[in-house]
Amino acid sequence: MTRQPYDGVVLAAPVTIPYTRYSTETAHWWIARALRAALKTADLSPKSLDGLSVASFTLFPDTPVGLTQHLGLSPRWLDSVPMGGASGVVALRRAARAVQAGDAHIVACVAGDTNHIDSFRRLLSSFSRFAMDAGYPYGYGGPNANFALLTDRYMQEYGATREDFGRICVAQRDNALRNPHAVMKKPLTLEQYLSARPISDPIALFDCVMPVAGSEAYLVMREEDAQRRSLPYARICSTIERHNAHTADPIQLRGGWTVDIDELWEMAGCTPADIDLLQTYDDYPVISAMQIEDLGFCPKGEAPQFIRDHDLTIAGDFPHNTSGGQLSAGQAGAAGGFIGLVEAIRQVTGTAGPTQVAGAKRAAVAGFGMINYDRGLCSAAAIIEGQGA
Amino acid sequence: MTGTLTAFAAEIATGAIRVVDLTHTLDPDFPVIILPPEFGQCARFRMEEISAYDHRGPGWKWHNLSLSEHTGTHFDAPSHWISGREVPNGDVDEIAVENFVGPVAVIDCSEGAAQDDDFELTPEIILAWEARHGRIPPDSWVLMRTDWSKRTGAAYLNMRSDGPHSPGPTPEAIRLLVEERDIRGFGTETVGTDAGQGAHYTPPYPAHYILHGAGKYGLQCLHGLDKLPPTGAVLMAAPLKIKGGTGSPLRVLALVPGEST
Amino acid sequence: MTTPLTPPPRKDPLKRTVSPTQPPGIRSRAAHGLTAAAAEGRFALQTCAECGTVQYPPRDACCNCLSVDLPWRDVSPAGTLLAETTVQTSVRLYFRERTPWRVGSVQLDAGPVVICHVHGDVVPNARVHLRNLLDRSGQGVILALPEERTDHMADDPELRAMSSDPHLRRVLITDGRHPFAPDLAAALKAAGATMVFAGEPETWLPNPNRAALEAAGAEILPLDVTDTKSVERMAGEIGGKADILINTARFLRPGGVLARGGTDVARDEMNVNYLGLMRLAQAFGPAMCGRTADGVNSAVAWVNILSVYARTNTPAYGCFNASQAAALSLAQSMRAEFRASGLRVMNVYTGPTEEDWYQPLPPPKVTGTALARSVISGLQQGLEDVWCGDVAKDFNERFRKDPKVLEIELGQEGGE
Repeated sequence: MTRQPYDGVVLAAPVTIPYTRYSTETAHWWIARALRAALKTADLSPKSLDGLSVASFTLFPDTPVGLTQHLGLSPRWLDSVPMGGASGVVALRRAARAVQAGDAHIVACVAGDTNHIDSFRRLLSSFSRFAMDAGYPYGYGGPNANFALLTDRYMQEYGATREDFGRICVAQRDNALRNPHAVMKKPLTLEQYLSARPISDPIALFDCVMPVAGSEAYLVMREEDAQRRSLPYARICSTIERHNAHTADPIQLRGGWTVDIDELWEMAGCTPADIDLLQTYDDYPVISAMQIEDLGFCPKGEAPQFIRDHDLTIAGDFPHNTSGGQLSAGQAGAAGGFIGLVEAIRQVTGTAGPTQVAGAKRAAVAGFGMINYDRGLCSAAAIIEGQGA
Repeated sequence: MTGTLTAFAAEIATGAIRVVDLTHTLDPDFPVIILPPEFGQCARFRMEEISAYDHRGPGWKWHNLSLSEHTGTHFDAPSHWISGREVPNGDVDEIAVENFVGPVAVIDCSEGAAQDDDFELTPEIILAWEARHGRIPPDSWVLMRTDWSKRTGAAYLNMRSDGPHSPGPTPEAIRLLVEERDIRGFGTETVGTDAGQGAHYTPPYPAHYILHGAGKYGLQCLHGLDKLPPTGAVLMAAPLKIKGGTGSPLRVLALVPGEST
Repeated sequence: MTTPLTPPPRKDPLKRTVSPTQPPGIRSRAAHGLTAAAAEGRFALQTCAECGTVQYPPRDACCNCLSVDLPWRDVSPAGTLLAETTVQTSVRLYFRERTPWRVGSVQLDAGPVVICHVHGDVVPNARVHLRNLLDRSGQGVILALPEERTDHMADDPELRAMSSDPHLRRVLITDGRHPFAPDLAAALKAAGATMVFAGEPETWLPNPNRAALEAAGAEILPLDVTDTKSVERMAGEIGGKADILINTARFLRPGGVLARGGTDVARDEMNVNYLGLMRLAQAFGPAMCGRTADGVNSAVAWVNILSVYARTNTPAYGCFNASQAAALSLAQSMRAEFRASGLRVMNVYTGPTEEDWYQPLPPPKVTGTALARSVISGLQQGLEDVWCGDVAKDFNERFRKDPKVLEIELGQEGGE
């Protein structure tokens, strides 16, 4: 049985609330601001919103259910997407089907987290049972140590060098300098990248994202609604989602995308060569390299050479993480799973402003989330398409 | 009588009568008698704080004590020994209080004890003492001075692989004192009224056996008998009134004539 | 190559003693199996009783067949290092103060991949031997060691942080009159202890161990666990130097309830074996707990020598064993109370020992050298529970199988 296409369902009203390093506000506050901005763009009142999808790590002790009362919403369709870096694409998949089936008229997908002075440490300590039992007692390096192990193995297997990862980071910083809301505002050179303070070898300071407070949102609605409201919109060409793939791999050198990659391109009816820009989940550059391979832009193990051969900046031949990504714009908790998708919607609708890739119409967006023990468990990807500028 | 006591009190005040303390300090490190380990043992003196002006009692300090009837300077009642188990009024709480105050004769064996850890008090020594100081009066305490109380630590029990070595009376000496002099009791500066090797006499532990069988008392672990004159002092040794008690730690005092007298 | 530890300089009295911090100590219920195995120095992992899958991290169901019958079984500790990292910064104080800290990913021959601590002498991609150790939070963790012994291996900072190694530490043996105290003192010295203090109760009695203790290099000090003041005095003198305390104070007499007339001997047993331990813990415990992060010669372990019959009684020594049960129970409380500081309580369980009071019992009996060997190796491995000798090991096996059956068997052993 072939999958039903996402005909008639579109993405609109991409919103990014500018991030801050620390915030005394709550996740509720950040989510409210993103939601308000998205609704305002679409000229919708909160009371009329009938679908809501929420991703957040710091709502505790509330849940998205409590959030509806907190924010005075009365949706008939409510979703909670606790999938971290995969939450943007996963929220899209679910909301699109709900709208397509008529279970909801318009779904607002929103992600947001606050960042108190000590909340990163607290978040780490309650992240997962495997992390509690088998991760944090070992040096308490958090995700840095986990990804350092993957990076070490990836370098051994495929001959990648720190310079290769550095190229990804330097290009993204270059992109971020065009994004007025990026947390990182200074240029980054490859030399600075290489000589940065070691964090968990071979990972150094500029391989790591900066935890910040922030929120992101977009709306999922019927195409005719978007047109009626004069909203620029993007169509959904295809999506995939996979959890806990490749359990027999002793260490993660590929993600779940490889399981579903043929379906992704087949459903989209295009090939990697047709993509104008790629938004990968970039909590660490090794993961971006892995996605470039696993989504089919180059064979396994050849991302280092691919990166050497391409220009990953906005003006380059392979625009990648055009807003600066999490590495340079900051990681706002679960909003880190939205940053690439929301930027991609802007790009293909020609509304990205200073980070706009010229003529961008088709984007690939990948999500990757939830390091539970030794690897990220959730992978997802989407191909979206707009009218361009 | 009133006049006598008033004069007595006045003489204590002036120092014409001195009060001498014959008691060791109760201290956890003070030795106790050691029996072969398969027998029950004499409890050492122990003291635990109940409170000391702290959270356990903010305004006061006090202790709980644990010890044997026979720990430290102590009194032996007749019921302490099997030979005395049928003696009337043989427990410390039954003894008539007149027995706790009385005359005392002190036989100085310190020279001999300095030469020989197993020095024996014999009838000859007692008779020689009487030749100098007169016959021991009936119902008086007889104390054997050895200066043993000046010893400390391991030298006090003087334990060797064949048991403790310390001076004491022979069976004949004790029989003389009990049967022919009818003394009230016998006391020593060592850990027992018997010699360290007293188990090897017949009967074993003759002082305990003969004294208590005859309803006499014992005092041991006395301190500083060199401060007493051979005769003329009065001993005050009142055990705690313990129901059915076979002995008791106590404060032993002697009244002795002052220097001027 | 591990850099050998050097004796620490004398303490600078103007410097503040580093406060103890702990690695993360919270675990799920399932993960406690790892800690239970680590306490005895066993390398065990959850093994599905139905399909045989060995899994890690611990789960509540088999990741292969969803069975919930997941006993912890000893498995091969051999594996290969896949990847490694050296943590240079951590938000957890304990590691922050100890970086760089090496961790790695190991493919076990038995199946699962384990993220674990990595000994400094392990070379990249080497074959490794995993050990399950207690960390300073008292929880089981896994450390990868080189397959072959290396020089000064025990001095590796990660291994040292988890062991209670007497090397370069100062040890107090509380009762030097214990027949095995000289063997213990000699073994501690041989294991590199810088000082061995031996307590001597009742200095007014001859101590037949004196010459042997002195020959072993022990310093004899007056200490009587039945005397609170004596214990407090000695804690005041050397409490700040006792890095390891081995409680050998013990009052032992044969007999069950009916064989004993009265309670005075039992009172001595409780006073030495139970209250004595409590006095020591109250006097030495706080100072030791405060010094668990004090450099090379930090306080690490409290050792109790207990009769294995503390766990299930046998009437030939029924009253003594009851006092040992009280001591064991107290030791469990101490273990929990000391845990927050990282001070480890190690119980060494022995069967009958080769000494006067066990003379009527048939062999096998534990000798002084055997006990000393168990204590030293237990400290070096950082264990919590050590079964010394065949009788104790046999007891443990039987206890594991069925404590009630063991109680019945032991009750009959002692019967006339």
